Amino acid sequence: MNAVTQTAADPIITYEKVNKWYGQFHVLRDIELSVARGERIVICGPSGSGKSTLIRCINRLEEHQEGRLTVDGMELTDDVKIIEKVRREVGMVFQQFNLFPHLTVLENLTLAPTWVGKMPLKEAQERAMTQLKRVRIAEQAGKYPLQLSGGQQQRVAIARALCLTPKIMLFDEPTSALDPEMIKEVLDVMIDLAGQGITMLCVTHEMGFARSVADRVIFMDQGQIIEQNTPIEFFEHPKSERTKDFLSKILQH
Amino acid sequence: MSATLNETASDIVLIQPRQAPTRHIGAAAWVRRNLFPDWKNSLATLVVLGLLLYWVPLLIEWAVVNAEIRPDAAACKALEDRGACWGVIAEKYRIILFGRYPFEEQWRPLIAIVLMLVMIVVSCVPKMWTRWLGVAWVLNFVVFFALMRGGFAGLAYVETSRWGGFPLTLLLSTLGIAAAFPLSVFVALGRRSHLPAIRAVCVAYVELIRGIPLISVLFMASFMFPLFMPPGTTPDVLLRVLVGIILFAAAYLAEAVRGGLQAVPKGQVEAADSLGLTYWQAQRKIVLPQALRLVIPSIMNSFISTYKDTSLVTIVSLYDLTGGLTLALGGDPNWRQFYLEGNLFVALIYWAGCFFMSRYSQWIEKRTSRGQGR
Repeated sequence: MNAVTQTAADPIITYEKVNKWYGQFHVLRDIELSVARGERIVICGPSGSGKSTLIRCINRLEEHQEGRLTVDGMELTDDVKIIEKVRREVGMVFQQFNLFPHLTVLENLTLAPTWVGKMPLKEAQERAMTQLKRVRIAEQAGKYPLQLSGGQQQRVAIARALCLTPKIMLFDEPTSALDPEMIKEVLDVMIDLAGQGITMLCVTHEMGFARSVADRVIFMDQGQIIEQNTPIEFFEHPKSERTKDFLSKILQH
Repeated sequence: MSATLNETASDIVLIQPRQAPTRHIGAAAWVRRNLFPDWKNSLATLVVLGLLLYWVPLLIEWAVVNAEIRPDAAACKALEDRGACWGVIAEKYRIILFGRYPFEEQWRPLIAIVLMLVMIVVSCVPKMWTRWLGVAWVLNFVVFFALMRGGFAGLAYVETSRWGGFPLTLLLSTLGIAAAFPLSVFVALGRRSHLPAIRAVCVAYVELIRGIPLISVLFMASFMFPLFMPPGTTPDVLLRVLVGIILFAAAYLAEAVRGGLQAVPKGQVEAADSLGLTYWQAQRKIVLPQALRLVIPSIMNSFISTYKDTSLVTIVSLYDLTGGLTLALGGDPNWRQFYLEGNLFVALIYWAGCFFMSRYSQWIEKRTSRGQGR
């Protein structure tokens, strides 16, 4: 399509003709995408366009039915061992935070390292505190998630995903469920993270965020990748009519 | 317009919080609000009060004033129902409590009961919830069986068919609940499995068992089960009945647990998956703690039912607490007419157990809800 689609020789994620259906609904259609190591990608598009499904296939929260999807050299199939390996390399942040309400913030962060990573509890706790400091919320370690504000919960969720030192971070509309005054604190943490070389795929409508950190913006509609480009080109010179239409709707105000 | 708006904004004074008006708090306010808010409610209050004033003295007269507490059948009969004959309990409590267990050996079930009750109370303390508690329970059951059964170290052998009364009730309910609970968790998880065969087995089990009365289950366990065993081997009647109770209780419990599983948001499992937890890790650390907390009331409801349902074992000739009562009074023309008092005694024992479970359930519910509310 254009220069940015021909990504580096060392892709960490590749989609080859990936298709997926929910029942009869064709949600992903012939997806071809290759993500370079350390690349930061923002995915946008109208609701129901398949953008969440696209990234949820990467850690197999959804399975694709056709095509090949490879993550860090491992092809995703029904093989549970491969899925577990991939999941250890991929962190995910959800729209609804999905923190574990019956565990304290610290326990939320140490659970996977101790159970999945077989790390001694003490070491896991030290690492958890490091991550909590990184998202600027270390003083809340002993609280339960529901005692925190939405913005704080989402920052905890980011810290939790980082505790397994993933190579790839997936963000599924991380600020959509937040009150307006809390969006910035979460975006700040994400911008911070973007500066540290981790591969990021982020479904979001925060176009300011896309402009400042994304290497590439992908626009999806009806299960297809319609257009992808650098943020500047994407916002200044959108090519397709559908992209222009979408941008005019979300950038109006 | 905008000038006036600005003016009000700069004049604003923060209002300090103050106490609620006193007419809404205190005992008098409570009485007014709850007992006499309007003429309809006031009338209802007065009617109920009147009935209580009439009945409570009658009850006290029967249960206390005119009552006979000596085990004297002639004195009891002389009361002619004007007073309670508590003497029947003084006379018969050992048969009610221990059933057909040999009279001289009844210190053994007594120790067994005390041990069991201590274990139950200890298990209620969350600090004790370690793997040692599991070991202690296994030991407790071993000691219980050894004491009751005997046949070693000079203890006379007592066959299980002669075990009865309260020890039997306790054994059936604790062992029944202890085994049914884990089974029910697996069945509930199985009903939600994505493997069709496992799901089908679990659905069939629940629907089959729930469709028949416990009495039939006990009958089948007692009389049909041996037909499927190799000839010559008859499993102990107590064991057969126990299996029946466990299967029955687990089917109901499984549905309660499943209700809890369904209430845990899908996002919780997705988060656990995304962190790389295996299915069993996710269930054990994330889903079950939340699901079970949600259904503590229904689970306790099932436990209470199981405790009381053990009284049905009388139909396969095991004499539990209620069976012990029948045994004690049924064959004795002197005391047969004082069934009511005996029943009240047995009911009191059941009620104490159920009330304890109910209060404990409320307490544990409160305790586990830390961090859940705001």
